[in-house]
Amino acid sequence: MDAHAPAHAGEEAHSHPKPATYLKVAVILFVLTALEVLLFEAGRGGLGASVRPIFEPIVIEVLLVLSAAKFALVAMFYMHLKQDPKLLSNLFVFPLLLAATIIGTLIILMSYWRVVGAK
Amino acid sequence: MSDAAAHAIEHHTSTGIDSRKVAIWTLIGSECLFFASLISMYLVYKGKSLVGPLPHAESQCMLHGHMQACEQIFEIPLVTFGTAVLLFSSFFVVLALYGAQKGDRKMLIRWLSMTVLCGLFFIGMQVYEFQHFYHKGLGYSTNLFGSTFYTLTGFHGSHVTVGVIWLSTLLVLAIRGKLPAEKSLNLEIAALYWHFVDVVWIVIFPVVYLMR
Repeated sequence: MDAHAPAHAGEEAHSHPKPATYLKVAVILFVLTALEVLLFEAGRGGLGASVRPIFEPIVIEVLLVLSAAKFALVAMFYMHLKQDPKLLSNLFVFPLLLAATIIGTLIILMSYWRVVGAK
Repeated sequence: MSDAAAHAIEHHTSTGIDSRKVAIWTLIGSECLFFASLISMYLVYKGKSLVGPLPHAESQCMLHGHMQACEQIFEIPLVTFGTAVLLFSSFFVVLALYGAQKGDRKMLIRWLSMTVLCGLFFIGMQVYEFQHFYHKGLGYSTNLFGSTFYTLTGFHGSHVTVGVIWLSTLLVLAIRGKLPAEKSLNLEIAALYWHFVDVVWIVIFPVVYLMR
């Protein structure tokens, strides 16, 4: 047994964050979502033609980073992975890495076949 | 609650973690792979539709029996609001769980009700969106975008619906006084499922709606 693993559900509850922490996370999530939409607008010229060339090339990369940050915040604080036993994190992280690999591999494979097909 | 009854609720396992919690995390892990396949499908077919309507651009599409110009189909402000509501529902359910663990029934019922309302709003938004898109000429088999979009967001919406039903049953139990602090793990498991539905949307929102 993990030395830090709580023996009972009741003990787990004591190690979970307080409502003030949950509120801080909620505010950060809201701000990150607002940033995503602002970036989308800047990338398509909705915030003026002058800023479009700056943001258009980096929209996808920054959106992925912001999305990953939001994902991590919810998993760590709301799903309590930061406080709960490592076994639960492993049960989540391993399939998550596998999922990311599947998405990446399929995109690369389909792009490759598109290039080969075009020749 | 008697000591014997409280003892019966606790599940002592070799890992020291309740088996139900391990089970929900295993389910969540498998769901990651399920949604990864749907997101891959959407990304692989992105930009390959031969006819409109398209998500971010004007196009030619078949509407009322003949080809005509169609405007872009997404309404970002509405979906952004829906996304914010779903994010806040995750905040509300952790407050409900905090109340349940502390034995604060008022707090539990207040925040769990808010969570269910947020879930219902999100489902309503998605039903409106699907109906709106259909009237703009985007059916399930209109083009590749329609097929992949409805499949991905439809499966997510069905998961939200399951979550709302699950949380509603717990809300009824809480109102009847049948969700004491000793049984708070029941809510924690439902909340984990709800948060997963939220994190899936955190990925779907930028990938589907914001990436052009």
